Amino acid sequence: MSAEAHGHDHGHDHEHEHHHKDTFITKYIFSIDHKMIAKQYLITGIVMGVIGIAMSLLFRMQLAWPEESFKIFNVLLGDKFAPDGVMANDIYLALVTIHGTIMVFFVLTAGLSGTFSNLLIPLQIGARDMASGFMNMISYWLFFLSAVVMLCSLFVEAGPASAGWTIYPPLSALPQAIPGSGTGMTLWLVSMAIFIASSLMGSLNYIVTVLNLRTKGMSMTRLPLTIWTFFVTAIIGVISFPVLLSAALLLIFDRSFGTSFFLSDIYIAGEVLHYQGGSPVLFEHLFWFLGHPEVYIVILPAMGLVSEIMATNARKPIFGYRAMIMSVLAIAFLSTIVWGHHMFISGMNPFLGSVFTFTTLLIAIPSAVKAFNWITTLWKGNLQFNPAMLFSIGMVSTFITGGLTGIILGDSTLDINVHDTYFVIAHFHLVMGISALYGMFAGIYHWFPKMYGKMLNKNLGYIHFWVTAVCAYGVFFPMHFIGLAGLPRRYYTNTNFPLFDDLQNVNVLITTFALVGGAFQLVFLYNFFSSIFYGKKAVQNPWRSTTLEWTTPVEHIHGNWPGEIPHVYRWPYDYSNPNHDVDFVPQNVPMKEGEEVLHH
Amino acid sequence: MTSLLVIIVLVLLAVALWQLTKIFDLTQVGASSDDSQVASDNDNNIQGYVMFGFLAFIYIFTIYGLLKWGGLALHTPASEHGLLVDNLMNITWVLIFLVQFITQGLLYWFSFKNRGNKDKKALFFADSNKLEAIWSIIPSVVLACLILYGLYAWNNIMFVDKDEDVIEIELYAQQFKWTARYAGQDNVLGKANVRLIEGVNTLGVDMSDPNAQDDIVVSELHIPKGKKVHFKMRSQDVLHSAYFPHFRAQMNCVPGMVTEFAFVPTYTTAEYRELPFMVEKVANINKLRAEKSIELVAKGGTALDPYTFDYLLLCNKICGASHYNMQMKVVVDTPEDYKKWLSEKTTLAQDIKAAKAAEKPAEGAAPTTDTAAKVIDTVKTVVDTVKAAVAKVAMK
Repeated sequence: MSAEAHGHDHGHDHEHEHHHKDTFITKYIFSIDHKMIAKQYLITGIVMGVIGIAMSLLFRMQLAWPEESFKIFNVLLGDKFAPDGVMANDIYLALVTIHGTIMVFFVLTAGLSGTFSNLLIPLQIGARDMASGFMNMISYWLFFLSAVVMLCSLFVEAGPASAGWTIYPPLSALPQAIPGSGTGMTLWLVSMAIFIASSLMGSLNYIVTVLNLRTKGMSMTRLPLTIWTFFVTAIIGVISFPVLLSAALLLIFDRSFGTSFFLSDIYIAGEVLHYQGGSPVLFEHLFWFLGHPEVYIVILPAMGLVSEIMATNARKPIFGYRAMIMSVLAIAFLSTIVWGHHMFISGMNPFLGSVFTFTTLLIAIPSAVKAFNWITTLWKGNLQFNPAMLFSIGMVSTFITGGLTGIILGDSTLDINVHDTYFVIAHFHLVMGISALYGMFAGIYHWFPKMYGKMLNKNLGYIHFWVTAVCAYGVFFPMHFIGLAGLPRRYYTNTNFPLFDDLQNVNVLITTFALVGGAFQLVFLYNFFSSIFYGKKAVQNPWRSTTLEWTTPVEHIHGNWPGEIPHVYRWPYDYSNPNHDVDFVPQNVPMKEGEEVLHH
Repeated sequence: MTSLLVIIVLVLLAVALWQLTKIFDLTQVGASSDDSQVASDNDNNIQGYVMFGFLAFIYIFTIYGLLKWGGLALHTPASEHGLLVDNLMNITWVLIFLVQFITQGLLYWFSFKNRGNKDKKALFFADSNKLEAIWSIIPSVVLACLILYGLYAWNNIMFVDKDEDVIEIELYAQQFKWTARYAGQDNVLGKANVRLIEGVNTLGVDMSDPNAQDDIVVSELHIPKGKKVHFKMRSQDVLHSAYFPHFRAQMNCVPGMVTEFAFVPTYTTAEYRELPFMVEKVANINKLRAEKSIELVAKGGTALDPYTFDYLLLCNKICGASHYNMQMKVVVDTPEDYKKWLSEKTTLAQDIKAAKAAEKPAEGAAPTTDTAAKVIDTVKTVVDTVKAAVAKVAMK
């Protein structure tokens, strides 16, 4: 039904002709082809990722060797923020702020979701392109614009935003309180407003495409789990991002037009400000109403990618396909009613804290179901250890390790004493930072042949994974302990507290692991960029996968399939089906006569 | 400089590894085909073993971490409710380690065990309602228990009965220092608002409020052992968070509203210093400080003071450039010492009067010795605060 509805369905010849009309600009820059847009998202995401990770290495160095002079600080941060190579305390806060912003929004939201939703939704559901290619293009270019504005904010005179990525007012509202809350913060808010517009356009497109453009036979329960997670992620995004937009707008009003939405009774720099009746707690509610679903916006697509890659490489159906869908839906629903666990000690009514403890710990149940299902998928499989598979297993591992400490942080009683300490940093970096990054890497290794028609070097992939895996644990495992020692996050140095002197060796170890892990991402970058040009040519279906994207030709064409769009006859996980001799049966292969469906 | 060297070394290492993989690629030239970048049986075998090795790494690293860094974690709680918190924490930890041990074990063991080869066929095992039920119900039951215990503790900690006998103290946060206000004889804090800040009345206390007349403002927090202290928190500029790690207590300070937290201290500072784990911790810290001092002196700096333990109040919500140095010393006294300490303090009303008197020294000949002492005291407090705010912890 959907195939007929779409404009490009005219057979091979016409398609070919159409293909040739592309100029350089329409093909590589203002492209409306979802595959090109996916690649644009990916490259932008990688560039932002390099910047974000490099920033973290800089402030990790400051934490390990506080107030020591490093020439590289002076080179990168300039004379104002690193005179004589010693990092200043305000630029330290700016670095942690921008690191968080870039990694959460620009890399793990747009870079991850933008890349793979765009690439896989039309290819895996059997559509010629997104529902609106034009809106898709605008969505990318707004994202690009927001990234440019964010990077510009690094160069304003008083420094970029430095109130933490959560930009709680009044700190983020008053330049008197911290220099970064001047022009730097204005640009941050402008950048985020554009980003949200981009994200909403992308999400609406994903939702409409999944609902309307599925090929014949592709019912919702035959969708690969990737599509399910992208679909649900887009819905969460549409529900929660507008709330952040309104919070940002109200903050702009407070900052520029003297309103008092979030500010009240403030005495700073020797004078009383006029604000009255506002509440910073209101901002916290609005921020986390997006902020918490945001972590699921980050992790759900990674979960989808991992599910798909794991089934393919285990040569086995994903265990509990329907339970996986149900748990994604449950996580999505619960994710919108748990935001208060970021605010147990914000001054809100403790009774509200009880409610949020309850909903938060509930979310552990669907998460546990997912983890156990992945583990069961590996059981009695025929595991093909391609680099993508390694990253998928790594993702399950860090998701469990990081998720378990969520039981502590989600419990209001226990949160009192570890709130805002390094324990939190360790928790969320493992459960959503590293896990989502692993999901993204897995996706890149797996779909690189589809994106570029070339293969990545597997040996470099192995090195990349194993060093990253050891370093990720090396960085974040010891971090739990310094958090349990009571060390607050966002401290420029802890040398003013002899109480924390015994944590310094641990900090040095963490930074060493971070530097090594960071350096080895260069292996990935080299592999990625050199393979685009010099990689081995990919075959059509290198991983012997069942999903529709591997039925398209290696060379990209507008409209994806040269002839008719294939029809779908079976679910996406017919691996090692006992009714067939080959160990995978693509979705477009009709059921044999009398073949029974072997799954629910 | 060192960092540059480190980075160069790492880059060289990366180059070396890249060369190695090149060589490795060359050895496979004969087998080179379009699927040479897809895992072969040989790859599966090697990676399977590395998976197993990684499981060993996780286990060993966990055990090593617990032995080596386990002692860094906050130890004996110094408050009554802290016992409840730590008890729940320990139960949760046991659960976490158990689940972590089992799930990571299964994940990597299956990876190792089921490493693929061409002759194998995977088991088509698509779903099992029984298994799904098991791992939905077990976590639900366990989490239900944790939630119940957690909520019981939370309600005990967070709600203060109106008729409870408590000491009222205001904690006042500003960039980048803490101030405390005691309620005085009447145990009722006078009203306050930042619009009333003037001169020595830095907290904006409403001096027309009768309850404010006996309020006492100090820059070092003293609290008595065994008595419930009810903190009322305010902030004058941005968000701060009053974090007492040893008492398992924390609450944000929010401009425009009053937040609260109450706890009962159970060890005086002197008693807590004598606890065996603390003696050991302080000895270790002083050893590290001594080593660091030798280094500093060699560079021409000054040696670090030896450390004595004190309870601290930290700021734990990013509040500006000097957030990392916003702290206040907290002293838990015996009730008698506490009473004595408090009785020696002057009230805010007296401070304001003294400051006014000091403003007009021209009127009389010389200020009375009493006022002079007062002024010196005030100056001392200011100097002390500045010292604390600028540099190392003031030791007494």
